[in-house]
Amino acid sequence: MKDTYLDLVNGPFKQVAKTLGLPRPVRLQRFDSTPEHYLSAPVLVLGTSPGAQRIADRLLDNGFEVRRHPGSGESLRAVIAVFDDAGVPGDLSATALEIGASLRTLLPCARVITVSPAPRPEDQDPAPAAAAQAVTGLTRSLAHEMRIGGTANGILLDGVDVDAASVTAALWFLLSGKSAYVSGQFLTVSSAAGEEIGAREFLATGGSGPLAGRTAVVTGAARGIGAAIARTLARDGAGIVGVDMPQAGQALAGVMNEVGGRTLQLDITADSAAERIAEAAGSEVDILVHNAGITRDRLLANMDASRWDSVLAVNLESQARINAALGERNLFARGSQVVALASTSGIAGNRGQTNYAASKAGVIGLTAASAREFAQRSGTINAVAPGFIETDMTAKMPALTRQVARRLASLQQGGLPVDVAEAIAFLASAPARGINGSTLRVCGQNMVGA
Amino acid sequence: MSTPHPRAVILGGNRIQFARSNKQYAKASNLDMLTSALDGLIARFGLAGERLGEVAGGAVLKHSKDFNLTREAVLGSALAPTTPAFDLGQACATGLESVVSLTQKINAGQMESGIAAGVDSASDAPIVVGDSMREILLELSRAKTLPQRAKIASQIRPSYLTPQAPSTGEPRTGLSMGEHQAITTAAWQISREAQDELALASHHNLARAWDDGFFDDLSTPYLGVTRDTNLRPDSTPESLAKLDPVFGRKLRAPATMTAGNSTPLTDGASTVLLGSEEWAAEHGFTPLAKVIDAEAAAVDFVDGAEGLLMAPAYAVPRLLARNGLTFADFDVFEIHEAFAATVLCHLAAWESEEFCREKLGLDAPLGPINRSKLNPLGSSLAAGHPFAATGGRIIATTAKHLRLTGKKRSLVSICAAGGQGLTAIVEAA
Repeated sequence: MKDTYLDLVNGPFKQVAKTLGLPRPVRLQRFDSTPEHYLSAPVLVLGTSPGAQRIADRLLDNGFEVRRHPGSGESLRAVIAVFDDAGVPGDLSATALEIGASLRTLLPCARVITVSPAPRPEDQDPAPAAAAQAVTGLTRSLAHEMRIGGTANGILLDGVDVDAASVTAALWFLLSGKSAYVSGQFLTVSSAAGEEIGAREFLATGGSGPLAGRTAVVTGAARGIGAAIARTLARDGAGIVGVDMPQAGQALAGVMNEVGGRTLQLDITADSAAERIAEAAGSEVDILVHNAGITRDRLLANMDASRWDSVLAVNLESQARINAALGERNLFARGSQVVALASTSGIAGNRGQTNYAASKAGVIGLTAASAREFAQRSGTINAVAPGFIETDMTAKMPALTRQVARRLASLQQGGLPVDVAEAIAFLASAPARGINGSTLRVCGQNMVGA
Repeated sequence: MSTPHPRAVILGGNRIQFARSNKQYAKASNLDMLTSALDGLIARFGLAGERLGEVAGGAVLKHSKDFNLTREAVLGSALAPTTPAFDLGQACATGLESVVSLTQKINAGQMESGIAAGVDSASDAPIVVGDSMREILLELSRAKTLPQRAKIASQIRPSYLTPQAPSTGEPRTGLSMGEHQAITTAAWQISREAQDELALASHHNLARAWDDGFFDDLSTPYLGVTRDTNLRPDSTPESLAKLDPVFGRKLRAPATMTAGNSTPLTDGASTVLLGSEEWAAEHGFTPLAKVIDAEAAAVDFVDGAEGLLMAPAYAVPRLLARNGLTFADFDVFEIHEAFAATVLCHLAAWESEEFCREKLGLDAPLGPINRSKLNPLGSSLAAGHPFAATGGRIIATTAKHLRLTGKKRSLVSICAAGGQGLTAIVEAA
């Protein structure tokens, strides 16, 4: 759905909106329009730890212009603040204030990335736990303060140091246009697994892309977010098997012919779904994106069994059943990576969506609980929770509700299907194998569903 | 004798759901439907952008603008535009002939892959003006001056403007196919009950196949149609018995052929992917079955020596003899149901000692066919019959059925206008 307001405030009504103090969303710099944008201007790396220096060195090695001290006044693409050695809350002060001093020199669609220990209060002493948790509050609040399309996100080190391959990959993802609609979020790196990838390789496409040589099964691929996932994974080099209901076959064939993929007309709730998916993928499943989902909205007082059961069956139980069946029969390839679609409705709840939110919250639980089993195969399972995304589904919302939903995001606009797809492509890639069991929100830091 | 080691294998198929004419596909052209069926097949096998050996296809009811129908469909599809194509035609056997033709090209080593196709629209059929009008229009186009044109145009009479509706009538007899079949039906004394029973089995078998998801990887919906619209899963002997006969009402014998036991005019398209065993292996495709041999026959129906749709009764024994096979060697019989009576006449002929001796020159009848082996997934009475698309439907259906059930051999038989018939042996790969 076209966001007319966004077009107007970036066109004829720019001055009016400014004078009246109205929201002024900007056109986000996405990967498809500005693929190399993150290499185009200096990055400021803050922090005094050895880890901060190693990150600065890595950026230098990868062709970035790096600054280590704020205040030069030149325009910056990004600020990376490294708190990996914060032992007490007082350690945050200097670096936090340096971030603040550099904010006015950020270019449009700039990035602030914090790197800090993952809060694990149950395993940590009180002071480091407090410091670690404090960084998350800093990052989330800063995301709200970012202007002109800028985002703030964090990388959490859970038992790894800054040299872990997935820390580097997470940096490239968060710096690049691929994370344009991700803000106020954290990527937790919990193992040193993952393949090293350079900043330029991360941007490569097709036969040299991050997913080259791999096969991805995408459910619900006929339209909307699923079609965008298929296109994005194909762009990054994956061969695609698109799955959708037989009734959606014509649209599915169109998308698959566009990306050179193959169709599998299948009801994912069928008993034989896992076997047929494995067969279509060519014996073993490598990448699997559980995207298929339905909504049957009703207030719980008016809910009937068919609405409740069908939503749970498609959105949650099919994922559990397919994962289990593929696992039991050894049909997951070694290193296989699964990404499941959750929803911000599953995190914050949504009126009229008890069934949908239950299914999506369930996906988050299922994903976290399955991580260990996937790790045993050197693979991963993660979830992505989209917020307000411009699709046929959200186009059916009442106009005013839709406008409000868009502007309540820190980025003051809805996301695009490709924004969700970029996060999935990243989490399905070999360099991201150090990230497991997590749920990443792609919501522009929306207050709704937060 | 057939090729010692046929290389060509059937890898799969795709059709759009068939729809009764003048309904959902009323505004779709042959080109639209064929392109959609091709695109569904290409997507199922991930062939977008590939150059295949050749695509063969055709339509029975064809506009003159569709002279290069199959090639135009290839150009509109996701295949590489460097994929050649040709049109062919053998009335209702067009689809099967395209399979046979490409199979032979692959067996001969001329090419490694191909798609056999067929399409027909009885809705978007060509409308033709009468010969008087046509001659005037042609003369008009040859006229050079205004007075000449005026003179020619003045010859047009209002009656000339009446278009000639498309018909399935035989040019040499003026009789429709149904009327021809009614004569044969009466001659073989096929009962109304037997015809209705066959129709009922067709609907029930096809409905079960759809319910089982059998067609999920053999079809791709078009224009929102998700099942064959002619299918009546809830048909009963009673509901079929209520229908009035529509053919043979002027014959002396009681009329038995109704809309329930005859195929309706139908729109649809089908495709079959064929390749050499090597090509299939390179692409990771699992062969389903192979066409081992084929035999065409024709009968002299014009002076009434034989029934219009009886040619398969002659083709099958020749095909069996050449391959040293009898009915006992077959697990499946796919006999196209132009009319229920057509199938029953073929079965009766093969069981008749007199027919087999006098017409086929055999010492003994070919024998009966176990009804449970006949059209086990339904046939044209239930699915409908978009003329040139029927062969592709049957071949893909029976190939998958053999693969799925582990059965070995299927006999395919299709009758066609002009007193022709085409038959083939399909064996599990």
